[in-house]
Amino acid sequence: MNIQIRPILVALRRHKAGTLLIALQIALTLAIVCNALFIIHQRLTNLSEVSGVDESSVFVIRNQWAADWPTPQVDAQVKADLLALRQLPAVRDATPVSGGYPLSGGGWDNFVTLTPDQPKPVTDSAVYTGDEHYIDTLGLRLIAGRNFRPDEVMVMGTQQSITPAAAIVSKALADKLFPDGNALGKSFYAMSPTPSTIIGIVDPLHRQGVDQYSNGYAGQALIWPLRADDSRGIFYMVRAKPGQLAAAMREAPQALYAQSRMRIIDPKDGIQDYATIRRKVFDSDRGMAILMGIICVVLLAITAAGIVGLTSFWVGQRRKQIGVRRALGARQRDILTYFLTENFLISAAGVALGTVLAIAFNLWTVTRFAMSPMSMAYVGVGVLVLILLGQGAVLAPALRASRVSPVEATRSV
Amino acid sequence: MFAYYFQLGLRSLRRNPALTALMVMAIGFGVAASMTTYSVFRAVSGNPIPDKSAQLFTPQVDSWGPQQNLKGNEPPDALDYVDAVALLHAHAAKRQTMLYKVQLAVMPDANRDLPLNASGYAVGSDFFTMFEVPFRYGGGWSAQDDESRAADVVISADLNQKLFGGANSVGRTINFGGHDYRVVGVASHWNPQPRFYDLFDNDDFAEEPDFYMPFSRALDLQMYTGARNSCRGKLSFTNWTDYTQSNCVWISPWVELDSPAEVASYRSFLTNYSAEQQRAGRFGWAPNMRLRDVAQWMDYQQVVPPESRISLMVALGFFLICLVNTIGLLLAKFMRRAGEIGVRRALGATRGEIYTQYLIEAGTVGLAGGVLGLLLTAVGVGGVGVLFRPEIARLAKLDPSLVALTFALSIVATVLAAFYPAWRAAHVQPAWQLKSS
Repeated sequence: MNIQIRPILVALRRHKAGTLLIALQIALTLAIVCNALFIIHQRLTNLSEVSGVDESSVFVIRNQWAADWPTPQVDAQVKADLLALRQLPAVRDATPVSGGYPLSGGGWDNFVTLTPDQPKPVTDSAVYTGDEHYIDTLGLRLIAGRNFRPDEVMVMGTQQSITPAAAIVSKALADKLFPDGNALGKSFYAMSPTPSTIIGIVDPLHRQGVDQYSNGYAGQALIWPLRADDSRGIFYMVRAKPGQLAAAMREAPQALYAQSRMRIIDPKDGIQDYATIRRKVFDSDRGMAILMGIICVVLLAITAAGIVGLTSFWVGQRRKQIGVRRALGARQRDILTYFLTENFLISAAGVALGTVLAIAFNLWTVTRFAMSPMSMAYVGVGVLVLILLGQGAVLAPALRASRVSPVEATRSV
Repeated sequence: MFAYYFQLGLRSLRRNPALTALMVMAIGFGVAASMTTYSVFRAVSGNPIPDKSAQLFTPQVDSWGPQQNLKGNEPPDALDYVDAVALLHAHAAKRQTMLYKVQLAVMPDANRDLPLNASGYAVGSDFFTMFEVPFRYGGGWSAQDDESRAADVVISADLNQKLFGGANSVGRTINFGGHDYRVVGVASHWNPQPRFYDLFDNDDFAEEPDFYMPFSRALDLQMYTGARNSCRGKLSFTNWTDYTQSNCVWISPWVELDSPAEVASYRSFLTNYSAEQQRAGRFGWAPNMRLRDVAQWMDYQQVVPPESRISLMVALGFFLICLVNTIGLLLAKFMRRAGEIGVRRALGATRGEIYTQYLIEAGTVGLAGGVLGLLLTAVGVGGVGVLFRPEIARLAKLDPSLVALTFALSIVATVLAAFYPAWRAAHVQPAWQLKSS
């Protein structure tokens, strides 16, 4: 097939404005669509982050104490509550928690060092607290070492900074602190005057937050054997027996109120299953993905419609010339190819400019919002989509043009 | 003439229904996307206290030192107990308040058999005048009450409704966590968003606080903060005294300074205070203080969620594309009528008249786009809960100013887009057109 590019370029010079507008529209569309696709992919990746928790059967109770009890009284109540929860028919296990839980949003984090007087910490880490039931309640996978023993669990009263001698850490934290492996049995300092020895390693265990700030220590978490007897309140994490989540969530507050009524469990969101916790913490990620998705679809539709509109106009303007060409021996295929090639040339110019704009926009978000740089694959996909979109959009008007009869050449309008 | 051209414009909308529909949709979608994201952006970036934001400052004292400070050697975002009490006693500003969040429980009484959660702030007596808290009943407490650590409380209208059925409860008693408090005032709904005075707690778009109690009373009862605290170094506190002597920061300070002279004098006070601490051996580094007003503080704390900013930028980009699209389509629409223009020009119409006519015609397209855009914006603002966190989504509202802005934006943008196509239409050569037909 012999495609004549020169005549097309010459003809385009007579439609400078239209050509420029289509190219500009394609360029801008490419810039936005690439970045939107990149944001969508990033956010969707966030949505599927694993927490390490057996999410289908774990729920969390936010329990606030009504009276300002001294620590021993809180401790007695917490122990009684846990006993009552664990005895419920639909409940498998329960553990007392403070400082947040995986995917709770914000929470407790400490700097970690290998020596007590190290000025620059090795890393930051999420800090979780629980008793010897923590690992079973959350359903964490213990890949090395052992669980806490009951005698290792210490009492942590209101706003007390207590450092247990033992800790279980996530594999990511173990690897960060001891890249050579063999973290088991080694110790670290987490803003504490005394060291904690790693007795077990779990994998995976998500930090509390999903925000930009805590992204620096993604996956790094430590668990201290502490019973949080804080006079302000406590979280109970409860794991239901398989398939009995709803029943356990019904039974649990009744059992707690039967123990004592001097507590507040918010009727609105005091008890949350992990589906709800996950949905809430990723709200803005999901929202961004949806918004970018809508914008992409509408944008591509509008750009396609714009190309159809302008090309139709050109075809209408050139009916006479097309007739002349046909009369001089051009086949229908030649006319079709002419318009497809014309659109391809314009699109090519558009995507070239668009690639520059796309990268510029991405760099702006990188410097302004600390987002990660976009892989060129997105630009590649975007270019392909826009070229195909252009060819698809121009097909209908081009087919109409190819059907212009040679007789038109003899008519005056 | 305007009315006539406007009528012509309306009539021409019907002439190329497909082309017109395309333009109206492009404008409508573009405007709606921009307006929906703007409604959220406006809500989260607005000035929460417009008439005083330049007089309210939050001082920062470097109690951590260069080794442990935040990025860029920025001092901590709040004060520790020692500095808070020292600044309070120095009283170097005309008005000042320390504040921190406290969680309390309203004890059961004859009307309720279960305790009730209440979240509020420990504040100084100046808090209410500094932040212009409106009152339904009563008012704040006095500076004397601060001194005497009075068991006073100001409650929100919502809590007043729950506990006292909305009646004037000034003088009545509430039992918070086992201690009695006397109600001195009931605030009308007051919940500035973002909550500029407590950005330290990262709860910038929270619901209205339930109560305010004297800071001095809260310290007296050794109430720990009900929200964030941030510490450095080795921690080993196990009681109130140790905790209050630690480097943990948890108290947000605010001062009101009415003139540049007062600001300058407070700055030198902060520097002198830090230098004093250095001389006393408490700080092992040179003074490093900050004094930011409300706008600077909100900017520094990055209150506007990045999602909101990015989606607004993307939506504006989207609108720009819709406009480029409209320019092309208007060009096609106008140039199709080259023959008609030729006849009108030959009959004596000036270029200016053609120009005006086609700009007005574009205006009608913009108007139609505005109507569609308004409908879509209403849908968008209604469904904004799908896109943003609920506490932010509830701030987005379709109010008269947004309606006006939607119309103004679509008409102005379309007329701007029509400048070039209308110019081309006005430069149609009558002779050419007449010849070919």
